Amino acid sequence: MLLDVGNIIRFRFLSICGLASVLLFSTAIVFSFQVPSPTQQPPATSPSQAVPGAPTPQTGTAGALVTSPQQQSGFNIVVLDPAHGGTDPGARGTGGMRESEIVLDFAAEVRRALEQQGFQVVPTRQGNDNPSFDDRSAIANAQRGAAFVTLHISSTGLPGTVRVYVNSDLPQLTDATGMIPWDRAQAPFLGLSHKFGDLVQGFLAQRFKGSPDTAQTASVRQLRTTAAPAIAVEISSVVVNDRTDLDRMAPGVADAIARGAAAFKPMYVVPATPGTQP
Amino acid sequence: MMGRWKFWVITALVTTLVAAAIYIPILRKRMKRAARQQQQSEEQARRELIQPVPVNPGDPRVKTKLFWASDSDGSTLAPVVVELPLSNDPVLRSKQVLNTLLAGPVDTDLRTLPPDAVLLAFYILPDGTAIADFSEAMATSIPSGIVSEQLAVDSMARTLEANVPQIQRLKILIHGQEVETLAGHVDLTSTFIVNTNLAVPPPGPAPAAPSTTIPAPKP
Repeated sequence: MLLDVGNIIRFRFLSICGLASVLLFSTAIVFSFQVPSPTQQPPATSPSQAVPGAPTPQTGTAGALVTSPQQQSGFNIVVLDPAHGGTDPGARGTGGMRESEIVLDFAAEVRRALEQQGFQVVPTRQGNDNPSFDDRSAIANAQRGAAFVTLHISSTGLPGTVRVYVNSDLPQLTDATGMIPWDRAQAPFLGLSHKFGDLVQGFLAQRFKGSPDTAQTASVRQLRTTAAPAIAVEISSVVVNDRTDLDRMAPGVADAIARGAAAFKPMYVVPATPGTQP
Repeated sequence: MMGRWKFWVITALVTTLVAAAIYIPILRKRMKRAARQQQQSEEQARRELIQPVPVNPGDPRVKTKLFWASDSDGSTLAPVVVELPLSNDPVLRSKQVLNTLLAGPVDTDLRTLPPDAVLLAFYILPDGTAIADFSEAMATSIPSGIVSEQLAVDSMARTLEANVPQIQRLKILIHGQEVETLAGHVDLTSTFIVNTNLAVPPPGPAPAAPSTTIPAPKP
């Protein structure tokens, strides 16, 4: 019997190469699981990360608004929520227009206007992802001295008009610890939300004829779990012949929201003790 | 010889291309039509499965107040009075008025509910909470937006308030399930107040008050 040494060496070489490939492949898989994709990343200001001790949706409470020492007191943060996103396009209009994309562009304009007024803006999403209603609320609930603005484009209504919505009345309930249940976190803020909504709607009515003079009420899911003065701004509508008709509204909408927020600032007295109701 | 062969090949190719250009759009149209017909037949089958609301000719014809959109921009409701034979049984009566609401007004621009939505079930709990279960079309065919979704809910709540005094609150289900929102905006996890004179809030989920934009029905 003859032993083919060349074959043995080739076999060993191939085995080592194979093992190395398997190792490299496994390492790559492990790393890909450890590094979340941009759509899976939790929001930068999620309460459990940014504000230690702040409640999360899982805790079932939203009442205790805890702040870090770095945060200034007073209303200086606006949590800006471009609605929908990801697999949820929202309202769809002519020529494939998607509400989720248009509100992102509006949000960029609103952000600029708010920052010019001296507000810090925290977006709930910046790309084509779709955080849950609770995730979006959690971003606002983790802040102290914040207001929440969710942006929508309707598929009905008089084109060129804008409506501001405040959540319908919610009975105020507290649990044994005095905390507000998560599912009605908006209840203690409804009065402030109405003031904020009326101010923004007033500025919008001046710019967009046919818009109401005061904020309307509706059972908006997004607002219910938000423990801050919260409004929904809905622009009419995706049923326009040309996308530029909507784009032309963006500076006016942004300016009205920023001016409304600035006018609301002296009315929103943030409690000195974190966790106390407004 | 070779030139003629080439000529015939090119002619055949051009003919095939022209035929394809004519036939493919026709084929696409046919496929779309077939898909639409299949969808319609599914909806039809679903409708056939549902027990029709019995209309007793002996039922007295009463003036029924139905709430549809009041204007072309579809942001407020207005009552429309029609004469309908209505049962005295609150469940049957509710089904009759909701089905009339689903059928829509003469002016289709004023409708508040999608035409292909179907009321699958309706019952009233002893505490006055009405449960209305609609087909998926209620959520998928309604125009997306806060104004249109709130208008749909309010048109049902106000119509029930005007015609079925036994109902205090309304809970909306979609295909037998509780869903978070109607079409991405209006909250369906809670009940909606039907009887606006209701003083005591119900235990459990928070009731959602009707929109202030909706005019209250006049007695």
